[in-house]
Amino acid sequence: MADVPSDAPQHCPGTSSEQAGKTSACQGCPNQSLCASGAAKAPDPAIEEIKVKLATVKHKIVVLSGKGGVGKSTFSANLAHALASDASTEVALLDVDICGPSVPKIMGVEGEQVHQSGSGWSPVYVEDNLAVMSIGFLLGSPDDAVIWRGPKKNGMIKQFLRDVDWGELDYLIVDTPPGTSDEHLSVVQYLSAARIDGAVIITTPQEVSLQDVRKEIRFCQKVNLPVIGVVENMSGFECPKCKNTSQIFPPTTGGAERMCEELGLPLLGKVPLDPRIGKNCDEGKSFLSEVPDSAAALAYQGIVKSKITC
Amino acid sequence: AAASVGILDVDLCGPSIPRMLRVCRPEVHQCEAGWVPVYTDQQQNLALMSIGFLLEDPDEAVVWRGPKKTALIGQFVRDVAWGELDILLVDTPPGTSDEHLAVVENLRKHKIDGAVLVTTPQAVSTGDVRREITFCKKTGVQILGLIENMSGFVCPHCSECSNIFSKGGGEELAKLTGSEFLGSVPLDPLLTHSLEEGSNFLQAFPESATFSAINNIAQKLLLHMKDG
Repeated sequence: MADVPSDAPQHCPGTSSEQAGKTSACQGCPNQSLCASGAAKAPDPAIEEIKVKLATVKHKIVVLSGKGGVGKSTFSANLAHALASDASTEVALLDVDICGPSVPKIMGVEGEQVHQSGSGWSPVYVEDNLAVMSIGFLLGSPDDAVIWRGPKKNGMIKQFLRDVDWGELDYLIVDTPPGTSDEHLSVVQYLSAARIDGAVIITTPQEVSLQDVRKEIRFCQKVNLPVIGVVENMSGFECPKCKNTSQIFPPTTGGAERMCEELGLPLLGKVPLDPRIGKNCDEGKSFLSEVPDSAAALAYQGIVKSKITC
Repeated sequence: AAASVGILDVDLCGPSIPRMLRVCRPEVHQCEAGWVPVYTDQQQNLALMSIGFLLEDPDEAVVWRGPKKTALIGQFVRDVAWGELDILLVDTPPGTSDEHLAVVENLRKHKIDGAVLVTTPQAVSTGDVRREITFCKKTGVQILGLIENMSGFVCPHCSECSNIFSKGGGEELAKLTGSEFLGSVPLDPLLTHSLEEGSNFLQAFPESATFSAINNIAQKLLLHMKDG
């Protein structure tokens, strides 16, 4: 993947390109001699370090969506809780949404601190077998904004993968912000030697969401990231009074079901809207534990049991 | 007379506005003054520029790191021949990163009236929007106000109101941060349906509560811009 540093001139061929340091655009660039010598093309040593560090992690799952606000973090948290409900399964949730780190609040550990030891940063434990890491723990105040350009975000993600003392894990779940940009490329790049099992893609039923999700699926294809399957979130709302179902986010083009058929991808499940999901996220509680018999909880459980538990 | 409005869609990875305004597959032409924006209506009162128009294949992923996104946003601001506009609206993706910095840096010399922040009611959302408020304060962008979107759902069958994403968080956040609360917009399947088809919801459902909500917010913002 071509890497364009933030101080690169226009038409920079990318530091890992064959033409690095040699094109006319490179004249006058501060990195020109470095690129021309071939040093910049060498793979980042962190990739191998991360492979070694994560050798004790059996499965790595990335949760993606092209679209914002579809429930990635909510899903990631519920997936983590579901997997950790078996006390013998070691689970961790890594939040790489650097600008909008919601995971600490959703997991009920907002305001907790991260500690450093000889073996690295220790994540925050929600349960004995459920750990969380997020930039949220490194920010002093809930008003602090992380106003970082791509390269700084990438550096943080590298640290999260290389320097956190995860220990022995059965599952590492990586929650991402929406998009196909720095965070997503960095996660894939830094885990390229450690190997990602695959991605779970979250969408809502409407075409405005699917439109972006198809791009996310293309991204996965481009970077050779296997797609475990698609989850359709906010899939209908049953009125608690009259029990009629409304399609608030209407599947005008067939929803995730049609998209999955067209693209040959598994539809892992559909989760209906339920006000108790958001309420439990706000309170930092596990929706699956609080309302286990709800249609939404049963849907989540079905999804987890489907293809995710390898 | 109708206002002349431009929309600049800087969500490069997930450009949704073309579909919402039913202008999916036009080409972007060049004129002497630069790129011609796409007009969504006959009278040419609403113009739009989006990366959506520059992609050959609508499913093509824009897999760009920050610098490339920053460069295109700079081009959008410099090279689009908007002509005479009363208002330029810039729609951004979530976050406080490259796109947001690029917009502020490129528009600063043209004077930014301010930012409208959109949240949903629940704490998980307002928790992120607090940080967006800090972004505005740090970059010197005035906050025109906050909007609470997806604020309650009225069942079309029995009129029962359900607060699917909680309620009131937006108003609380506005109070907490000393920002103006512009209003709440409910969840409305008719609105989401219109956006799917790119039809004009405001024309089709002028009697709806959603129309009133959006209209009230628009009127408040217009007042701001008259005063400002």
